[in-house]
Amino acid sequence: MIFARDLVKRFGDFTAVNGIDVEVAPGEAFGFLGPNGAGKSSTMRMISCVSAPTSGELRILGMDPVRDGTRIRARLGVCPQLDHLDPDLTVRENLTTYARYFGLSRAEGRRRADELLDFVQLRDRAGSMVEPLSGGMKRRLTIARAMINEPDIVLLDEPTTGLDPQARHLLWERLFRLKQRGTTLVLTTHYMDEAEQLCDRLVVMDGGKIVAEGSPRSLIETYSTAEVVELRFPDGLDLNADYAAKMSGIGERVDPLPDRVLLYADDGDAALTEVHRRGLTPSSVLVRRSTLEDVFLHLTGRTLVD
Amino acid sequence: MLTTLAAARSTRATRPGLSTTRVGAVIGRNVGALRSGPSYWIVLVSGFFEPLLYLLSIGVGVGALVGDLTAYGRTMPYAAFVAPAMLAVSAMTGALAETTFNVFFKLKYAKTYEAMLTTPVRPVEIAFGELTWATVRGSLYTAIFLGVMVALGLAPVGGALAAFPATILVSLAFGAVGLTISTLMRGWQDFDLLNTGQFAMFLFSGTFSPVQNYPAWMEVLIQVTPLYHAVELVRGLSLGVYGLGLLGHAAYLLVMLAAGLWFAARRMERLLCP
Ligand SMILES: Nc1ncnc2c1ncn2[C@@H]1O[C@H](COP(=O)(O)OP(=O)(O)OP(=O)(O)O)[C@@H](O)[C@H]1O
Ligand SMILES: [Mg+2]
Repeated sequence: MIFARDLVKRFGDFTAVNGIDVEVAPGEAFGFLGPNGAGKSSTMRMISCVSAPTSGELRILGMDPVRDGTRIRARLGVCPQLDHLDPDLTVRENLTTYARYFGLSRAEGRRRADELLDFVQLRDRAGSMVEPLSGGMKRRLTIARAMINEPDIVLLDEPTTGLDPQARHLLWERLFRLKQRGTTLVLTTHYMDEAEQLCDRLVVMDGGKIVAEGSPRSLIETYSTAEVVELRFPDGLDLNADYAAKMSGIGERVDPLPDRVLLYADDGDAALTEVHRRGLTPSSVLVRRSTLEDVFLHLTGRTLVD
Repeated sequence: MLTTLAAARSTRATRPGLSTTRVGAVIGRNVGALRSGPSYWIVLVSGFFEPLLYLLSIGVGVGALVGDLTAYGRTMPYAAFVAPAMLAVSAMTGALAETTFNVFFKLKYAKTYEAMLTTPVRPVEIAFGELTWATVRGSLYTAIFLGVMVALGLAPVGGALAAFPATILVSLAFGAVGLTISTLMRGWQDFDLLNTGQFAMFLFSGTFSPVQNYPAWMEVLIQVTPLYHAVELVRGLSLGVYGLGLLGHAAYLLVMLAAGLWFAARRMERLLCP
């Protein structure tokens, strides 16, 4: 569905995407993770054929985005990072007008609009203007809009940023249903739980490059330990680095964060016993399973004490 | 397959095969906005009255003091001289208001076009759609204005019918340039500049007195600016004073239209597809 080799995007002298290779198979749910400015949106814009690659090879649905942009975009559903809904139109008209851009008939546009309004639970707001909607409602409308052409690939740039937990779960469920229907999903996110829930496979980007790739499970296995011990100290704010130094050698890795120290070990309880044996007295302790978040923190460079 | 930005831009902007369905959809969006928001109507109606008020106050009011005027080898009431100019002005302001004010807002704030470009719609189709819509607005103004002129006895019916297509050309030409201006605007402060330019043209382009009344250097300067050509073309046709000069004025407006569209499509591509 999507094939990119050595893809580069430059803005003037600045390189936003610096030679990435990506392949997405039909029906797959693929994620881009990465800190702010990693180049996720720039990559998504190239895949949505609104921004031309500076260099490298890119094929979407077997076509060249520069030559066949119009034909490719006809089969994509794009939910950009910022919803740019039309403030002069009602909720329903936002969908029907959008349908016309794809060359759908008025009747077909109305039919799909109503169906999608049900799908994202906005039927009762159909006649409202866009402005008074809440952030979550706008987001849902943007996602509904992205699906008006029954796309083969749906591209979602941070689909659930700013939503309350209920709205997020509703969206996840809707996206999961899309996936079950065989739609290919490509999304970016800052939420590790979202990536774990939705993505079959993901890449972690940092500074325009891909720094890791795999399924959520395999990434955790490769880049983290089975368990993580979170330790907080009463005077930790300034001294976390010192505490971390005193713990060096315990487990696989020690990582001082501003508010806590993370201790990566396959056996968390054994590591904790060793911490106490060295005379350290944390004010609170949590032993938990490793998550994608730990992988993310590790890969995208917090100060590490190995 | 290895692509450069420049190559990508030129392919998308210049490739032939404009889809009329998609241009129609861009226009349809504005029809929808007109239906759903009351604010659009206010803008639309107020834009019409300005030239009409000038016609009544200066053409008819001042005209009563001035009396008749001789131009183009014939003598006519002052209001009959001013009316075709106000007609050209309403074609200009109608189209410009749409392609500058409204298009700039959609471009910079509402991000309407960014949403459009995630669909098969191309920048050049947006440019065509917005220009067509602007021309419809301009022509709506001029159609009503021509009705007023005929009713007040300021133009014969035949002249009005001949002038109408010319006002469409005027709307197209100014609309196309307006689109380009919108893509160059940095913020609302630039509208002051545009308004001043528009007002200067409005005062001097042979609107209220024949350009021959000005010093020679001014006359040359005026002849370079676009509203002069619009006024001369529309006035010649509505008064029935034909001549080869009319073709020259029409050619000027056609070049404006072509250049404006070409630049606008290119600039939109650059702004919207970075
Ligand atoms: N049109 C542009 N012109 C210049 N620089 C740009 C442009 N678009 C993006 N950039 C730069 O490219 C870099 C990557 O931006 P991008 O939006 O792709 O990051 P991101 O991973 O999506 O970040 P976020 O998580 O904050 O959305 C940033 O440093 C940004 O400033
Ligand atoms: Mg982004």
